[in-house]
Amino acid sequence: MSLDQSRIRNFCIIAHIDHGKSTLADRIIEKTGLLTSREMQDQVLDNMELERERGITIKSQAVRTIYRARDGKEYIFNLIDTPGHVDFNYEVSRSLAACDGAILVVDAAQGIEAQTMANVYLALDHDLEVFPVINKIDLPSADPQRVIDEIEDVIGIEAQDAPQISAKQGINIEEVLEQIVTKLPPPSGDPKAPLKALIFDSLYDSYRGVIVFCRIKEGTVRKGTRLRFMATGAEFETVEVGYFGAGQFIPCDELSAGMVGYVTASIKNVRDTRVGDTVTDADNPCDEPLPGYKKVTPMVYCGLYPADGAKYNDLRDALEKLQLNDASLQFEPETSAALGFGFRCGFLGLLHLEIIQERLEREYGLDLVTTAPGVVYRVHKTNGEMVELTNPSNLPDPSEIEYMEEPIVKAEIMVTTEFIGAIMGLCQERRGVYIGTEYMEDTRVLIRYDLPLNEIIYDFFDALKSRSRGYASFDYELKGYEQSDLVKLDILINKETVDALSFIVHADTAYERGRKMCERLKEEIPRHLFEIPIQAAIGNRIIARETVKAMRKDVLAKCYGGDITRKRKLLEKQKEGKKRMRQVGSVEIPQKAFMSVLKLDDK
Amino acid sequence: MMKETELYIHIPFCARKCGYCDFVSFPAGQNVQKAYVQALLKELETAPEGLPVPTVFIGGGTPSIIDPLFIGELLSLARRRFQLLPEAEITLEANPGTLTAEKLEAYRRAGVNRLSIGLQSARDEELRVLGRIHSFADFKESFSMAREAGFENISVDLMAALPFQTEESFEESLAAALRLSPEHLSVYSLIIEEGTPFYEMYHEKALAREQGREDTWPLPTEETERRMYRLAGRRLPEAGYARYEISNYARPGFACRHNIGYWTGVPYLGFGLSASSYFEGKRFSNTADMKAYLPAFEEEGAPSRIRTVEEVVTRERAMEEFMFLGLRMTEGVSGAEFSRRFGRAMEEIYEKPLARMEAEGLLSRRDGRVSLTERGVDLSNYVLAEFLLD
Repeated sequence: MSLDQSRIRNFCIIAHIDHGKSTLADRIIEKTGLLTSREMQDQVLDNMELERERGITIKSQAVRTIYRARDGKEYIFNLIDTPGHVDFNYEVSRSLAACDGAILVVDAAQGIEAQTMANVYLALDHDLEVFPVINKIDLPSADPQRVIDEIEDVIGIEAQDAPQISAKQGINIEEVLEQIVTKLPPPSGDPKAPLKALIFDSLYDSYRGVIVFCRIKEGTVRKGTRLRFMATGAEFETVEVGYFGAGQFIPCDELSAGMVGYVTASIKNVRDTRVGDTVTDADNPCDEPLPGYKKVTPMVYCGLYPADGAKYNDLRDALEKLQLNDASLQFEPETSAALGFGFRCGFLGLLHLEIIQERLEREYGLDLVTTAPGVVYRVHKTNGEMVELTNPSNLPDPSEIEYMEEPIVKAEIMVTTEFIGAIMGLCQERRGVYIGTEYMEDTRVLIRYDLPLNEIIYDFFDALKSRSRGYASFDYELKGYEQSDLVKLDILINKETVDALSFIVHADTAYERGRKMCERLKEEIPRHLFEIPIQAAIGNRIIARETVKAMRKDVLAKCYGGDITRKRKLLEKQKEGKKRMRQVGSVEIPQKAFMSVLKLDDK
Repeated sequence: MMKETELYIHIPFCARKCGYCDFVSFPAGQNVQKAYVQALLKELETAPEGLPVPTVFIGGGTPSIIDPLFIGELLSLARRRFQLLPEAEITLEANPGTLTAEKLEAYRRAGVNRLSIGLQSARDEELRVLGRIHSFADFKESFSMAREAGFENISVDLMAALPFQTEESFEESLAAALRLSPEHLSVYSLIIEEGTPFYEMYHEKALAREQGREDTWPLPTEETERRMYRLAGRRLPEAGYARYEISNYARPGFACRHNIGYWTGVPYLGFGLSASSYFEGKRFSNTADMKAYLPAFEEEGAPSRIRTVEEVVTRERAMEEFMFLGLRMTEGVSGAEFSRRFGRAMEEIYEKPLARMEAEGLLSRRDGRVSLTERGVDLSNYVLAEFLLD
């Protein structure tokens, strides 16, 4: 393969969720002849089962294709797909670091949304060239010219000659391909310089060990090159280098400056390769590592426990494997009196949490119990010490606490003017501090609020959608910590505190929250042979109480004729239900009760 | 030697579907009824010949709705094909409002020697709410016609926990049934099953409660239902009917042998739509789709086409069934019988559940037998589920 860098384009596609990023990626792959359309399964790049089901991109994916441009020359396209959800900004940032340019996809009907802007700013932060594409022009409500004007006004990038396309219908894709060649820059870097490659992703393969996805910034790597991972100091001999076909790895002789590809080196320990780290040649090392990524700190924590205590080690192995290509996932062992041995895990947001939980259950066959997610609080103690609290159970005694702080985010909500009142009402309810409103055009506004993170992690996004009939879009970033009047709410079941149900809440909402939790738990906990009090308490003060009455009757009078199988199934269901319970003292609590307390605001 | 095998024949027709009924049953015209009986006869001919048969149960639906000649045809074919034992118990389910002296006479001639008549309640308002087609007066008339026709073994079905029912009205129904002195009584509590009109009503009711609207469909509470159950448990034995199973009472010698067969692991063959069988160590059931059933016996290999094998009763499953079916009986299960059948002691296999359930006051162990206590009966599902092995 020619090393002519001018024939390489490394780019990604950025967009607000649902604006058609993955569909455009599919078209690009199809039109560049890597796959015939018969081989195309929709959304080639979204290859996790979960991604296909939810129709969203979670993990970054890369693919290399070849395009013969109108100038008659062949270009290598390295397309790196990026996730669109606000929870996955970190992944976006990783993908961007491997690219030189970005295609900005904007929906011709919806126009710019909160994450459109957030993603564009991220791309500009990474010094990427960006050109816009107006997608979904086939929609009846499409208004491309309005969207073009909006892009120029609001974002300030040239958009008059933006390709107007329908990725779904395959309209005007050629124009996008041409602009990739003409508008995005080729990579630079010296193939003869000491090796300097950025790890932007990795994957564990049980035969080849860790497969490291990298962008070569300087130098060349080939089979036999002795690799050094600069952050960890680990060294390995390169076994194979190659690039990404659609869903497959294609070995090649070497990867040189400007190229995107993968490296394997029989790396068995997933901890040796850190996404964001720089790889160099141990025999001819570069002076200093690449800047890497801004380290992302998890915003949301919860406890993950194997339903079957014997699966603790399996859970740890699974978390390690997932962490390999999801550096934002953090975990450390913890113990709960109610749930046994498990892990306190940190996530970027609630969607991230749900995705990880589902992947653990599906891909690793684990049955999990999840405790209520919380944010990281800062506890300032009277002795001057500051503790970062990720598990409510570790809250020091109130007498030792000087004050507490909670994380506050800067939130931007974009919505049509008719919903301003509803959205502001919601933000006020969630203890938001109004910052300002900015009119984007006559009918749309950007509302800015500072909101406590713990008010938005559960269901804020759903509430936002329902109060704006689906129109509001939302983005946020951490602003910092502010002092707040916080208390720990404990739940007592049959007079025993269940540590896994404790959480931190603002004093003003503690009573309401405690009451709702008791009500919800009353619904979830089945009747026992004895009466079970459920209480919510702050310290020694009980603030709410419900009672699960003793079971009086559980009888199946009919025998359904000779249909014994039906009867057996009923009994099996009953027994199965019992298996999914956690014994806390003398009470059996269904596993889903631990999760159900999150959904208090439903209805 | 061939094992004694019970026969069940399903007649899926009724005059009108009751609001709580989730059995396979529906109104149908003469032609469908006739075609169905033809298919039934053909299905009977697919069964192994010469089986010794201790009991036959013709259930429904309302078997008394079809032409009584059909009942005669079915039973005479059964007699030719199998070895009906002397003293075989031959039951037919009947509903008031569908019985006539002529029909009853025809049943007698066909060999039916036991009738099970659905009364459900002696209060006409309650019967109407259930969607029954008969009044209490109709029932009394049917019952006396049955006696006149010579039936000396009649069972009456009653229901507890009906909408609008009170303890008083339930007690009245019990007393009214007792005045007729049937040989056998079944007292079932209403179960609201998914897919029935009552299920809809039940949800509507919950909705009304949530929205603070008036509840126009009062159902007795669990507590009331249990009081009704206990009331039956006192009144019927006082009148000479012993409770031999969770919901069944009989005068000495009149317990339903067919049903006891279900609970004690006797094999049975079920014929007709949706009928269940337990034969040669397998449990299977027929299709519930009339369109599939009717033409199925025109060709070879029919039974396997319309049957779904639901489970193979392994030794382990047989142990489980021994417990969860046997414990429905008042006399409970016998440790000696368990050892004889399975070669292992019940106390060994079920050490933990037996100990725990006994400690919780739900099981009693006496004279080598294990049975449900009164509280154990109230919580029978909870107890029985414990006997499923891991």
